[in-house]
Amino acid sequence: MREVAIIGIGDTRFGELWEHSLRDIGMQAGLNAVSDAGIAGEQIEALYIGNMAAGSLIDQEHLGALVSDYSGLSQLHIPAVRIEAAGASGGMALREGYLAVASGLHDVVMVAGAEKMTDVTDEEIPMVQMAGGDQQWEGIAGATMPSLFAMMARRHMHEYGTTREQLASVPVKNHKNGALNKQAQYQRAITMETVLKSPVVADPLGVFDCAPVSDGAAALILAPADAAGKYAQEAIRIAASAAATDTLALQHRESLTRMDSVKVASTKAYRTAGVNPKDIDVAEIHDSYSIAEIMSIEDLGFFEKGRGGPATLEGMTEINGVVSVNTSGGLKARGDPMGATGVAQAVEIARQLRGKADKRQVTDAEVGLSLNVGGTGGTSVVHIFRRA
Amino acid sequence: MMFGHGEKDVGIVTYGAYIPRFRILPEEIARVWGENGEAMKNGLMIFSKSVPYPDEDVITISVEAARNALARADLDPEEIGAVYVGSESHPYAVKPSGTIVAEAIGASHFITVADYEFACKAGTAAMQTSMGLVSSGMAKYSLAIGADTSQGAPGDALEYSASAGGAAFIIGKEGVIARINRTLSFTSDTPDFWRREGQPYPSHGGRFTGEPAYFRHVATCAGELMKVQGTQPSDYDFAVFHQPNGKFPTRVAQQLGFEKKQYETGLTTPYIGNTYSASMMIGLSAILDVAKPGQKVLGVAFGSGAGSDAFDITITDEMENYNKAAAPTVKSLVERSELLDYGRYAKFKGKIVMKE
Amino acid sequence: MANPRYWRENPSRYNLIGKRCENCGTVHFPPREICPKCRRKSIGKMKSHKLSGRGKVYSFTIVHEPMPDFSLMKPYIMAMVEMEEGVRLTGQIVDCEPARLSIGMEVEATLRKLGQEGSSGIIRYGYKFRPR
Ligand SMILES: [Zn+2]
Repeated sequence: MREVAIIGIGDTRFGELWEHSLRDIGMQAGLNAVSDAGIAGEQIEALYIGNMAAGSLIDQEHLGALVSDYSGLSQLHIPAVRIEAAGASGGMALREGYLAVASGLHDVVMVAGAEKMTDVTDEEIPMVQMAGGDQQWEGIAGATMPSLFAMMARRHMHEYGTTREQLASVPVKNHKNGALNKQAQYQRAITMETVLKSPVVADPLGVFDCAPVSDGAAALILAPADAAGKYAQEAIRIAASAAATDTLALQHRESLTRMDSVKVASTKAYRTAGVNPKDIDVAEIHDSYSIAEIMSIEDLGFFEKGRGGPATLEGMTEINGVVSVNTSGGLKARGDPMGATGVAQAVEIARQLRGKADKRQVTDAEVGLSLNVGGTGGTSVVHIFRRA
Repeated sequence: MMFGHGEKDVGIVTYGAYIPRFRILPEEIARVWGENGEAMKNGLMIFSKSVPYPDEDVITISVEAARNALARADLDPEEIGAVYVGSESHPYAVKPSGTIVAEAIGASHFITVADYEFACKAGTAAMQTSMGLVSSGMAKYSLAIGADTSQGAPGDALEYSASAGGAAFIIGKEGVIARINRTLSFTSDTPDFWRREGQPYPSHGGRFTGEPAYFRHVATCAGELMKVQGTQPSDYDFAVFHQPNGKFPTRVAQQLGFEKKQYETGLTTPYIGNTYSASMMIGLSAILDVAKPGQKVLGVAFGSGAGSDAFDITITDEMENYNKAAAPTVKSLVERSELLDYGRYAKFKGKIVMKE
Repeated sequence: MANPRYWRENPSRYNLIGKRCENCGTVHFPPREICPKCRRKSIGKMKSHKLSGRGKVYSFTIVHEPMPDFSLMKPYIMAMVEMEEGVRLTGQIVDCEPARLSIGMEVEATLRKLGQEGSSGIIRYGYKFRPR
């Protein structure tokens, strides 16, 4: 297996992109990545696109051909395929691109993630989100995705004494970071009081504990690490790519207060990369819900089980804290266009490791990690990145 | 007489009732429509009525009642040969409620099922059919259910009474706790109350529902049954009548010569409203909850349109060994309650137009 | 959804029919043909098993942004219930004041409407829970 590097990154701003279709934003992110890499479109040998729900959201499947076509690559007839693993679609697409380059099958590939969520009404969103859980045995019974995370939160509070304020400290921190990110959906800080007084979605979780509905796209160009020097930008090495699955339904998990897929994927990734949790300088974590970030920073080994809440409230995950978590603003503030999220996480880590993260730059960031989660933890993808 | 032959062995083997736990007060309904709540309450003798949760309908109520009945009896559901669900508010116009009920209680697929409708006496019609099947040997046990989630048009007098509930009686020859000595019906074409296909709310003939309909049928049917049986009111320990409100059954009982101590046990409408097809059957269940071996019960149902089914019943010694405690009594079902305001009531009853 | 997608699961939805692995004794719900603990050893040994319907609340939440089928019930209680047999089920809790809810509360299964295909389509029934 060859070492693989990110040689180009691109994204759109995340948010409610009323004027733009899925094909617009997919193209825009791809174009940005190609120009960032300083390559020509002809050099792209394959395309992997992460997308969760275009079939439900815009009645469109076959996104490989669509994105390839609207990125101007149709006459090159490259292989292109859409990868789906619910909210982890983007991370899984990155993994597929990584494997293609690492195996030697391709030299230069594009990995993209895109989702267009605002083309359906708000009432349709719970159904689309729930497709990442067990629709037949959770959704039909009335469970929404926030309700499943709310039950994890209640259990975490019950078992570890996690408080409502500790949960709320996650979106407060992520909004603070998002305010420094020009690509973020919400570029404004919020107070603890705003979170605590926000309308309840599924108690104890309120509107501000939940990632928003977003449109957006992100893209990466991958190439063999030993050839990375040929390209325009500073290359970022992918030191590990690991994924794990778990039961589809939350009800079948041994515990509601940890995600075993996160533990397994991250353990594998640390081993491959030869690093420990304490070596991670900057991490993009799947904070689809506030409790998800708290559980994840525990399951990733950044903090002991049950310490995720206090650690966040005490500021240990702020920029230049013990570990800088979700410097982009995370899913909460940067936005969560489901299939784009996993790719956007890698874009942010690359920016940080290149030292190009502006006011949210983590000092001397050497090692970064991304965690992309599908559903309630049915799939987890962990990537570890290093400055080349 | 063409109908009403005596049958020695047939009777109720087990029974179960169910009442949704939500209630609304007549004063609250009156408040919304600018009526005099106190007058409505006293005029109808209804102090509160039951309201189903949005996820409750005749099928779920029937299943609850039937499961309560089965919980009390040592009886294999696969031995039930027939299921009849009587209601005027079946969730489907076409597709039986009974098939779902049969499946949900673990009955065999080799079973006959049908839904009945006869305004408020479809449940007792189901009891009579069950008696026929059992006494003829066509079925070992037959399940007869009366259940309704009845509708009264908003602002109409019916809104004060139309409620929800169900009762399930398993009819058989073995292990009979309440022998049905005789049943007798009185029926005529009397258009006192009706609902046309596709209409959400029923219509009624106002005061025409009284003398020519309810009182004529109930009194005639009860009188004829007592004549045939050679009994008189004082021979019965309990009497229960269809209860469209609290007033009608009280008056008909008094007209027939029954005393308060005989009819008060089975009079549940003042607390839960008119449960239509379940009305007399829930009243009878309340009596079975307390009746002792050897005691006699007269039960008379009434359905608009119109007809009455009367039952002469004797509690058997089997009642001593019967596991009554395995399911909730009518009293406990009446007492577990949560009050609604009109807004929540309208929401629960689907009276609010929701977005498609 | 077309009726068969729901109809084929009626035995489990109405009567809590799951599967018991005859190899390790674990009870599974909904039914599955392979026990995740025993895998190959469980094939052919998964037998139908009816749950008692009794259990305890393992976790719960009150849903204010509902799935489309439950908009009239908003807000409603969603819970994860640990059944006597050890398996957990996701279901609503009815007939319960939210203030009464607690982890460990004893509940029992009941049959309620779970939705419908519009006003002209089929009505779906299935288990929910209520306090014991
Ligand atoms: Zn096993």
